[in-house]
Amino acid sequence: MPVETWLIFILGFMILGSIIALELKDLLSAVISIGIVGLGVSLAFLFLQALDLAIVQFLFEIFALIILVRAFIGKEYHIQEPSRSHIVQSVVTIVVLLLILVMSINMFKALPSFGHPIFSTAKHYVENGGRETGAANIVTAIILDYRAYDTLGEVTVLFTAILGALTILRTKKSNGLAGGDNEAN
Amino acid sequence: MKQTEGMTLIVKTVTRISVWLILLYGIYIILHGHLSPGGGFAGGVIIALAFLNVMLAYGRNFIKRWVNIGFLHDLESSSAALFLAVGILGMAIGGGFLANFISHGKLFNLLSAGTIPVLNIIISVKVSMGLFVVVWTLSVFHLDKGGKEE
Repeated sequence: MPVETWLIFILGFMILGSIIALELKDLLSAVISIGIVGLGVSLAFLFLQALDLAIVQFLFEIFALIILVRAFIGKEYHIQEPSRSHIVQSVVTIVVLLLILVMSINMFKALPSFGHPIFSTAKHYVENGGRETGAANIVTAIILDYRAYDTLGEVTVLFTAILGALTILRTKKSNGLAGGDNEAN
Repeated sequence: MKQTEGMTLIVKTVTRISVWLILLYGIYIILHGHLSPGGGFAGGVIIALAFLNVMLAYGRNFIKRWVNIGFLHDLESSSAALFLAVGILGMAIGGGFLANFISHGKLFNLLSAGTIPVLNIIISVKVSMGLFVVVWTLSVFHLDKGGKEE
């Protein structure tokens, strides 16, 4: 079977998983079925032979699932109001989605065929990457040599996110400080 | 209720053996980042998952005794500075920000590709420590919100 068939199959499975996650009443089951999406993306990367991305996606999916399950397990989050859907809302949503699909047909026609990229930069990387950077893994050669500045930005984003999380979630363990505030008041 | 902290004895025994293998696998992924699929991000997440494994199996108090959380945070922040330092060294020696100023070596050798393995190790420290510190903070926050444990 060609790769495209597998990709369409995985995509359909992911859409099914997210719809089931929306409809489930139990939040823990919903979290587990939303895991289908992440693992499906990882599988799609495997079929496209992007092993680095598949590894990272798989690991982050496991990481997120552990955190979410840990947050939901044994808690009283399970009770949920049954969602009622209005017919008007559904009709408006479907009509808008169909409109977007119809209007984007021209754009889809203009896209290059599967596996033939628009830009020729990648060709230069594949042909000269090993010689110019000395790294056998072309993905690492790109993210840490050709696009190292981009990686610096990613590291900064991660640093800022962790700093923000620590600042917001900081517990007031220094009772002396709180006491000092009270005394000042 | 001191004995029931963490999970059961089976989980603890398996964790005691498997954590070192997971750590070894993470280090392998990091060091071979320029040769095979993987790299600093993937290896860092594997190491963070090993720490998370210990935390889930043995409980929060054990990991508080085992590692110094403040030191992990310092490690994470200093690796961000080290990344910048490598970039500025590239500006001084190689003639451009983040230039690859160490000799490239032979293709497919472990010691090759100049600064790429160095940057991989720095990124892995950053990602692993950062993710673990975030999980730690989230769990401690949850504990204090309950307010009954202290």
